[in-house]
Amino acid sequence: MPDFILRRLFQGLLVVLGVTATVFVVTRVFGDPVSLMLPLSATDAQRAAFAAQIGLDQPLPVQFWRFLTDIVTLDFGDSLWQRRPAIEVVFERLPNTALLVGAGLGLAVLVSIPLGAIAALRPGGLVDRLVVSLGLLGLAMPQFWLGLMAIMVFAVQLKWLPTSGFGTAAHLVLPALTLAMTPIARFTMMVRAAMIDELNKPYVQTARAKGMSLPRILRVHTLRNILVPFLALSGWEAITALSGYTVVVETVFAWPGLGLTAVQAIQRGDLFLMQAIVFVIAALIVIIGIAIDVAAKSIDPRIELN
Amino acid sequence: MANASPQQGFWGDLRHDMPAAIGLCVILLIVLAAVFAPLLAPYDPAAQSLIKRLAPPVWMTRGSWDHVLGTDNLGRDVLSRVIWGARVTLLIGAATCLIAATLGTLVGLWAGYRGGRTDSVLMRLVDIQISFPGILLILLVVGVIGPGVGTLIGVLAITNWMVYARLVRGIVSSTRQTAHVEAAEIVGCRPSRVIFRHILPNLVSPLLTLLILEFTNIVLAEAAVSFLGFGVQPPQTSWGLDVASGRDYLFIAWWLVTFPGLAIVATVLSINLFAGWLRVTTDPEEREKRFARSLAARRRRAVRKGANT
Repeated sequence: MPDFILRRLFQGLLVVLGVTATVFVVTRVFGDPVSLMLPLSATDAQRAAFAAQIGLDQPLPVQFWRFLTDIVTLDFGDSLWQRRPAIEVVFERLPNTALLVGAGLGLAVLVSIPLGAIAALRPGGLVDRLVVSLGLLGLAMPQFWLGLMAIMVFAVQLKWLPTSGFGTAAHLVLPALTLAMTPIARFTMMVRAAMIDELNKPYVQTARAKGMSLPRILRVHTLRNILVPFLALSGWEAITALSGYTVVVETVFAWPGLGLTAVQAIQRGDLFLMQAIVFVIAALIVIIGIAIDVAAKSIDPRIELN
Repeated sequence: MANASPQQGFWGDLRHDMPAAIGLCVILLIVLAAVFAPLLAPYDPAAQSLIKRLAPPVWMTRGSWDHVLGTDNLGRDVLSRVIWGARVTLLIGAATCLIAATLGTLVGLWAGYRGGRTDSVLMRLVDIQISFPGILLILLVVGVIGPGVGTLIGVLAITNWMVYARLVRGIVSSTRQTAHVEAAEIVGCRPSRVIFRHILPNLVSPLLTLLILEFTNIVLAEAAVSFLGFGVQPPQTSWGLDVASGRDYLFIAWWLVTFPGLAIVATVLSINLFAGWLRVTTDPEEREKRFARSLAARRRRAVRKGANT
């Protein structure tokens, strides 16, 4: 186990290194940080001074080394927009994103397991077909569109909930529901398919033959058996959410998390803040990946980690 | 499938799956709309008319047949914009998928065929890139290089080739062990002939299915990036972009956000319905499962009917 964690950490290091190299090449080779970050009215002297300040006058390998060492010490430079260290902004916004993603995914887990299990009891039945249709619909809807529709219905028409913003529990409802839609659909489909497979296995027949009730079979046997693939899927979903659609949901609902901050940073040409966000998210992805593998191993000792 | 001609098998089989058949029809409709957009669209999608601003769809009290789905804040016809939007979406989706699939297939073929160190290095690269924070990196790249259709296609292709490489590599390394590939190698076929003549045909059906499913992912990604303002730029039209510009009028003109969004839903949903059927049909194992399921359902129905009477 410790061996495995070390190996995964090393692999995670490679990921972060890969992200670093990509960001470096994109910003320094393809793009020009000076013209991106300084206003158009900046004089040549100001441009040269800024280039020297962030080390652009050095040869590329030296720049890359400096870039790397800065990252290791979590020194991403000052955010131009907020006028304070970029990493400070990131750590301030990170809990908001964690709250949103946690609420959304938690809701998805609570909804999808019973839904998928009920659908799997009678494949092809009315309930099953309804659940599958809803799942397909959920996977087809873009989050930004669903979010706007939800605002239109629940905030504008019915006036039950605030349109956007942050602060009270009511502010969390619509963003969390919107974020939960894709994982609900994906989890439900997965639980349903795995349960159908599982319920056709001989051990279920045996359990039924000796008089075990169906709810008990589900609870004691089948649900446990699909726990590991479910865990893997939810970890993967958390990663997809963090690196993707959380940005969209936060933008729609003006939720002050990392995703909204990333969009604002890019709009303002705040390269340093954007870099800090990309790195922190990349590191989070690596950590979640390792945590999921370790959890799977401790649930099911048959899993070989390599 | 074996005794019927493939064509007959295809349509005959599809008839039994209504959702998939409807899906295919909707896909064809959208493709036709994209191809014949200049003929089908009642107005120029960019033509503004300030006296006809924010006209509602035809079935509402102030609506008229002039603008079936209403007009936006600049008086542009929503229906025409939805039709033209299909063009951009399908173009970006198709181009991205083709580039990503070609790149991924080449890498997968190379890794799977060479095996050994080449394989482990390439697949490690795939592992690493799969853990990249997708949309965030796309935003960074677009923010630095500048938005546009070309940039978007390039960036989406570079962030999506890995799935193809994984799939192809898996199939190649397992077909390498089969007798017909070994025989081809023993009689002295050149590697390129072995790869393209004996291994590639095994890839066609799984690759096709993956390609179709990935297409929907690209459509959703393009819509999201365009919605955020980093994708397709005005005056070009895109469904994601139109939802974004309708956002400011959410309180007074619901149709601006609703219809472009519905177009996205219809596209993705119909492709998924069709792809689900295609996956089952082209995979013998899945076909067998489906057959067993329908048999079991029929038997259950018969039993229940027997119990009722």
